Amino acid sequence: MRRPKLPPTLVWPLAALALVLLYDALTIPGFFHIEMRDGHLYGSLVDILNRGAPVLLLALGMTLVLSTGGVDLSVGAVMAITGATAAGLIARPEGFALAGLDLHGSAPAIVAVSLVAGLAAGLFNGALVAFAEVQPIVATLILMVAGRGVAQLLTAGQIITFEHPGFQFLGSGFVAGLPFPVTVAVAVFLVTAALSRGTALGLFVEAVGDNPTASRFAGVNARMVKLLVYGFCGLCAGIAGLIGTADIKAADANNAGLYMELDAILAAAIGGTSLSGGRFYLSGTLVGALLLQTLTTTILTKGVPPVLTLVVKAAVVVAVCLFQSPKFRAVAGRRFRRDAA
Amino acid sequence: MTPTTPSQPSLAASHKGREPLRFLNRSTFPFVATVLVFVLLYTAAAIHYTGFSRPQVFLNLLADNAFVGVAAVGLTFVILTGGIDLSVGSAVGCGSIIIATLVEKQHLHPYVAILLVLAMGTGVGGGMGALIRYFDLPPFLVTLAGLFLYRGIGLLVSTESVSIMHPLFSKLSMAGVPLGDAGSLQLSAIVFLLVVAVGIYLSRHTTFGRVTYAIGGSEQSALLMGLPVGRTKMGVYALSGFCSALASVVYAVYTSSGNANAGTGLELDAIAAVVVGGTLLSGGTGYVAGTLVGVLIFGVIQTAITFQGTLSSWWTKIAAGTLLLLFILLQRAMHRRAR
Repeated sequence: MRRPKLPPTLVWPLAALALVLLYDALTIPGFFHIEMRDGHLYGSLVDILNRGAPVLLLALGMTLVLSTGGVDLSVGAVMAITGATAAGLIARPEGFALAGLDLHGSAPAIVAVSLVAGLAAGLFNGALVAFAEVQPIVATLILMVAGRGVAQLLTAGQIITFEHPGFQFLGSGFVAGLPFPVTVAVAVFLVTAALSRGTALGLFVEAVGDNPTASRFAGVNARMVKLLVYGFCGLCAGIAGLIGTADIKAADANNAGLYMELDAILAAAIGGTSLSGGRFYLSGTLVGALLLQTLTTTILTKGVPPVLTLVVKAAVVVAVCLFQSPKFRAVAGRRFRRDAA
Repeated sequence: MTPTTPSQPSLAASHKGREPLRFLNRSTFPFVATVLVFVLLYTAAAIHYTGFSRPQVFLNLLADNAFVGVAAVGLTFVILTGGIDLSVGSAVGCGSIIIATLVEKQHLHPYVAILLVLAMGTGVGGGMGALIRYFDLPPFLVTLAGLFLYRGIGLLVSTESVSIMHPLFSKLSMAGVPLGDAGSLQLSAIVFLLVVAVGIYLSRHTTFGRVTYAIGGSEQSALLMGLPVGRTKMGVYALSGFCSALASVVYAVYTSSGNANAGTGLELDAIAAVVVGGTLLSGGTGYVAGTLVGVLIFGVIQTAITFQGTLSSWWTKIAAGTLLLLFILLQRAMHRRAR
């Protein structure tokens, strides 16, 4: 029987994850304890999965965008937009911009309309990148700046709170013992993996990122691929935004998804996806998102000031970059061999 | 992207007298457009709002946006090489809280604290530049790490805002050059204008500036020409680090306080100001003077929305985004026509 080989890009992030988990196992009593309460799973590990779900969702979309040679800075703002849309449609407060739209509190309809908003935001980015040929950083910077403004416009600058058991299920419900956000993230992960690796779509995306001209000669509709990828990223951000909003039962246009775009890019980069495009590893992104969340949870559990997460993240970014840099590998390799000799 | 090397101005000069608008070449047009937009916006606001045309409003425009502007000038150099520096915003927060803590808690002389912070900013910027130079790391990720690091250190120093009571600070924040009836030019505005002046000189009249443009035009060509590409690349990040540290000093003096959360999102305002100022994010084309006008444009929008009174603050963001969109589409359209 042939054993499936571990892709080399997965080795480092998995090793880092194992290291952090080992540290947790040694220093935090009961870290691996999972218990069943009322048919729901509880424990630090479940919590990591639950809190990591939004980052994973963002990172999945981001991975595909990065592999086309682009980047999407607007995902945090898109989270705020979809959250504001959903909360507004439920609570229908005074001054809500979409007050004319009455969905009678139907959760599926509210989710659908909010996701359309996320998709539209993504397609706007995609149109700018693919058809107006604007650099991705700039194109998505526009929505990053203006998107929060739009979200605040939707909520009239207020924090909208709401009570809606059906919608709150998105954030705090359980399916087969697992928190619902985890179920959603796993489902999106599987669908993305099936679509990108089961069909030629993934190859198209990589081809566009690797060499746009060659891919055009090979008959790949580069513009359409880019448009769809950014649309997908917007949709993922939309789902993450809804989960976040449902979790806290409120839409905060200022703080929803703040700095999440950086986490998403980081998760993808840790997973081995090249920032210059041409390659993506969905399983790497999964490990990257888990590693980030495990680090955060560890720091919170240890009672270290939470702001230290930022410093740790900075160290992780630099370490990951260095390990992926061919130049650093060459220098480090030479040093290592010289020491050994 | 066609590289725009410093030789282009002389090319335009050879057409002297043939075309009436000969100064409008591909690299100056975005700048001229920016100036026009600023004049239009300012005139419209001055006509629409009573009191907007007072000179003091204009002077305040400079003073209120000085810390964004100072950071944006440093950022302009980084962007001219085709790089990016995301750390400028949190550097402002980190620097201001360090100054405040050193002065108020450690009772250090303000000038010593300021010098320390300037050295720290230059050092961290140079360090990021070294990572980019020696290991070919993507500037986006390295400066992202810088963003996290600054914000983390700032919050570790103090999560609370610290106000500075030292008499020198109140003296500095009151200082200014009286301009007769027009009002007075505050110290922060003077620092801003000085930084712009030094930036213009550095970019147009020194080897460092020429190499900066050359790297942005084509790094390969610059290397083959034997230009000091690596040193200059490190230099622009050190310069940007220095400028953002100086911006944090301006912020600390301007608000007489330090706050680790200050400057959140400032990196984006600064990038937006640079882009609207006519500098291409792909590098090689742009003017430091354009950044000054870009900062002023966003300042006018903000002031106008304050004057309006009924408009909420989020319209600033939407207006900024729309303006950014228009400018980028304009740049793209020009780029296509030139091809």
